[in-house]
Amino acid sequence: MSTPLIFNIQKYSIHDGEGIRDTVFFKGCPIACQWCHNPESQSYHPDLMYYQDRCTGCGACIRACPNKAVSYREDHKVVTDRTLCNVCGTCTDYCVFNAREVAGKEYEIDELVRILDKDRMFYEQSGGGITLSGGEVLAQDIDYVEELTRRLYERGYSVDIDTCGEVPYEHIKRVLPYVDTFLYDIKLLDPELHKKYTGVDNRLILENLKKLSADGGKINIRLPLITGVNATDEYIQEVIDFLHDNQISVYRVNLLKYHDTGRGKYAKLEREYDNSEMAVPDQEWLDRAVAAFKQSGYQNIHIGG
Amino acid sequence: MAEMQERGMNERIRKLRKQSVETQPHIYMERAVLETEAYKKYEGTVSVPELRALVLKHFFSNKKLYIGDGELIVGEKGDYPQSSPTFPELCCHTLEDMHNMNDRKVVNFSVTESDLKTQEEQIIPYWENRSMRHKILNSMTDEWKEAYAAGIFTEFMEQRGPGHTVGSVKIFEKGYLDYQHDIQEALAKLDYIHDPEALDKRNQLNAMSICCDAIMILGKRYADLARQMAAECTDEQRKKELLQIAANCDVVPAHKPQTYYQAIQHYWFTHLAVTTELNPWDAYSPGHFDQHLGPFYAKDVEDGILTRDQALELMECLWVKFYNQPAPPKVGITLKESSTYTDFANINTGGITPDGEDGVNEVSYIILDCMDEMQLVQPNSNVQISKKNPRKFLKRACEIARKGWGQPAFYNTEAIVQELMNAGKSLEDARKGGCSGCVETGAFGNEAYILQGYFNLPKIFELTLFNGVDPMTGKQLGLQTGDPRDFKTFDELWDAYTKQINYFLDIKVRGSNVIEALYARYMPVPFLSILTNDCIARGKDYNAGGARYNTSVIQGVGTGTISDCLAAIKYNVYDNQNFTMDEILTAMKDNFEGHERILNLVRNKTPKYGNDDDYADNLMKKVFNYFVDNVSARPNTRGGMFRVDMLPTTCHVYFGDVMIASPNGRLAHKPVSEGISPEKGADVNGPTAVIKSCAKMDHLRTGGTLLNQKFTPEVLAGEEGLDNLADLIRAYFDMDGHHIQFNVVGRQTLRDAQQKPEEYKDLIVRVAGYSDYFRNLDRPLQDEIIDRTEQDFGCC
Repeated sequence: MSTPLIFNIQKYSIHDGEGIRDTVFFKGCPIACQWCHNPESQSYHPDLMYYQDRCTGCGACIRACPNKAVSYREDHKVVTDRTLCNVCGTCTDYCVFNAREVAGKEYEIDELVRILDKDRMFYEQSGGGITLSGGEVLAQDIDYVEELTRRLYERGYSVDIDTCGEVPYEHIKRVLPYVDTFLYDIKLLDPELHKKYTGVDNRLILENLKKLSADGGKINIRLPLITGVNATDEYIQEVIDFLHDNQISVYRVNLLKYHDTGRGKYAKLEREYDNSEMAVPDQEWLDRAVAAFKQSGYQNIHIGG
Repeated sequence: MAEMQERGMNERIRKLRKQSVETQPHIYMERAVLETEAYKKYEGTVSVPELRALVLKHFFSNKKLYIGDGELIVGEKGDYPQSSPTFPELCCHTLEDMHNMNDRKVVNFSVTESDLKTQEEQIIPYWENRSMRHKILNSMTDEWKEAYAAGIFTEFMEQRGPGHTVGSVKIFEKGYLDYQHDIQEALAKLDYIHDPEALDKRNQLNAMSICCDAIMILGKRYADLARQMAAECTDEQRKKELLQIAANCDVVPAHKPQTYYQAIQHYWFTHLAVTTELNPWDAYSPGHFDQHLGPFYAKDVEDGILTRDQALELMECLWVKFYNQPAPPKVGITLKESSTYTDFANINTGGITPDGEDGVNEVSYIILDCMDEMQLVQPNSNVQISKKNPRKFLKRACEIARKGWGQPAFYNTEAIVQELMNAGKSLEDARKGGCSGCVETGAFGNEAYILQGYFNLPKIFELTLFNGVDPMTGKQLGLQTGDPRDFKTFDELWDAYTKQINYFLDIKVRGSNVIEALYARYMPVPFLSILTNDCIARGKDYNAGGARYNTSVIQGVGTGTISDCLAAIKYNVYDNQNFTMDEILTAMKDNFEGHERILNLVRNKTPKYGNDDDYADNLMKKVFNYFVDNVSARPNTRGGMFRVDMLPTTCHVYFGDVMIASPNGRLAHKPVSEGISPEKGADVNGPTAVIKSCAKMDHLRTGGTLLNQKFTPEVLAGEEGLDNLADLIRAYFDMDGHHIQFNVVGRQTLRDAQQKPEEYKDLIVRVAGYSDYFRNLDRPLQDEIIDRTEQDFGCC
């Protein structure tokens, strides 16, 4: 069993499932959505994050780097040559201003369970629990994930899995007995467009969704909605038809309004972020989308997480 | 601003509220003048308690009265809203003080030429060398004075009287004629043959009886004035109202109130008497007001003489009355450490009844509606949340708290009851109790729980690191407990710290005991004694141990800072050898300039309190337990014990100002942590982790703790946001947390408010155990509030 990387354990998480939850973000994802607001979640390896707004340009990192990957640009801004950097983290030890950190840390199951146990009072009081997210949790070592979900389940916690669905169905099946709710994303229904925006077509994703429904999984459909990509009346109708035609049993639907708060994170990875095609859908349209779902018999509809 | 002026359920309330918030606070000299007259007339001819009672009687018999247009509840401390009487018997202001009050940038009190003349010619010559402040400062030792000047502790009673008690149902069960009757009975029972204190008791009881006369004279004068105004009034509606006021004042305060309306008026007269008899810290409050008014409300509604709207209107009238009374001006260090001028009338809503049932009734919701509508910083409203209260009540309170102006604060009824019982109260008295001031637990109507001053825990650690020398001045203030560079283990350092703590606690407690004795002798409060069990039965004053329970409270400040300082040294010097003691001491003296590596280690790479991390949290427990163990067992002069609270009001700003940089990376002169909240910026794991860390402290051993949490509005949006907030509070209370309060405002909003105060005149923020207008806070306190970690969690 290999130990996956985790890039964040978010406490008082109130947008990823019911009640007050701890959300565990696993690092590494089989798809790469253009609108992804956690770009550090995509790679299965540690990433160096650089917070330019905190950096004073003191140069401590430049002196500390054993690989000479950090240097001053002509305008005295600090830059990291990502081809030379092997994410050893030495520079983070020397940065007084917390402007450099490494995203991605291994947690043994025992340690992770111990951390998650700490918030038991909040789960129990609020009907919350733990959400395993990412990246893609089901794309990690499945022995680890199964063991983790089983241990949490046995402690009486609600465990939700936030998934993109681009994983072997076997992985879903193995955690199914221990999972409360699957937060299941549908990004686009057209396979070509899906491929264009995420790097893969949606065949496996939609097949898995049908199987999960047939196997009795509790499903919370989550629809990221982006003007310029999929925020149209036609797309909403397509989704409704798809759910209906395939008799997907839906517990709840969340309409997730695109936001570009991820922009800063691309900068921290010193990566380009192109959102020229994407915009935030307006409230009026979102209300219309909610109404369309309700008219088709889906009553548990929410805007936001 | 527009909205600020227009709050209130109807035109009457909006007008009264607008007048209250727009009137310039001013100094009111009449009390000092009448008091001086009374002293000149009676002093030396009567006992001290009788003299004090005669002062109140002389004042209430002669002061100017005020009935404002549209008012339904009557009575002012001064002659107009926003007038602040002075108390020269406690603290005789110099002319320079008077100029300072007038010229202060924040919350100034206007002082006229005629006021200055009165102060100079009548007040100063008589009181200058007679004030309690003068007596106290003359009685303190050099060690006390040096520690006080260095900011190791403060002293509450140096310019205000011992206060800190709250009214009980007793107020509403009797009129002052009934009390006079009780007093006569107690007088008749005095045993002059066997009881050597019989004469003192007689004097004290006589004084209480005079105080009953005093308040009844005030009531009678208001009845007469209302009738006279009614006779001259041409507006039929107002004439009717004035006659109703007169009719109320015919009943109260002499007799027990008969209606909801009279009960409120009766309380208000009582409030005026308590807060003009002396100037007690943490102005009086009616305590469990909803429970006291509940039966009056139910009866009046059943009798068809009161509607819910009328009940709300009267409550809003009372709210204006509270807000009309600014806290009296302070001077010197006390001014510096408390830069805010609201009083602390802390009304408890909710909780449980004396027999342990759910205490919420319709008046509880009326109070919440009033609070929500009025948005005034006084009275300082809170809710007591018991596991027996309906969730509807909790959520309604959350809904108001979410609006972001800091009220209501949330208190844990079950914790309060256990804290009080742990301090020796009976179960019933504990259930009747609650919180006053900021967060301080007390047995309402039965206890004098007198605050003695704040105690600067991080400063004492700073002295320990410099072998007892204050690095700010180079003076040897503490014991010579050894050069820490020679300490081989963390335990040696800890031992040195505990020696210093005890040394300063001894100094503080010795001083407090002398001060309490001075108050018992020279400054009794016979009026407050009438209302506090068992002063009548014992024939003893509230200030002299007459109350059923007598507690002295020292407030520990800087929990987060001291815990992180200990963690910084234990983790880096002893456990991991990241740097030496000499290096950290040098870095502190240099304010970390040129010591970036050390600063990074202590700021970013060391376990910190507030993250649910046992390494740091265990050190918090160690500090806290030691402090409690060594304060709680000490007897005071009134037959009671010392206790601790963990709250700062605004003192953490002053306490930080008197310190150089700390081992945890806090820079020189920056505030220390407030309440039991983590050091600013130290908590990086969100509100649940903060709550978990705070709950590791054994709150039940204290008399109150204070926890601030700041949220941006987005986190609490919608029905789910409300539910999450309610669940967060419940979870904290299940873990025996004592108190939690919320600021709900974006950091950017606060920054804007700092830049453009004129555009944010009505922005209210939670400061400590109370809320205040952001514009009224001085710059360091504003910065401090902005810097408190904002708990903002978007969706990931």
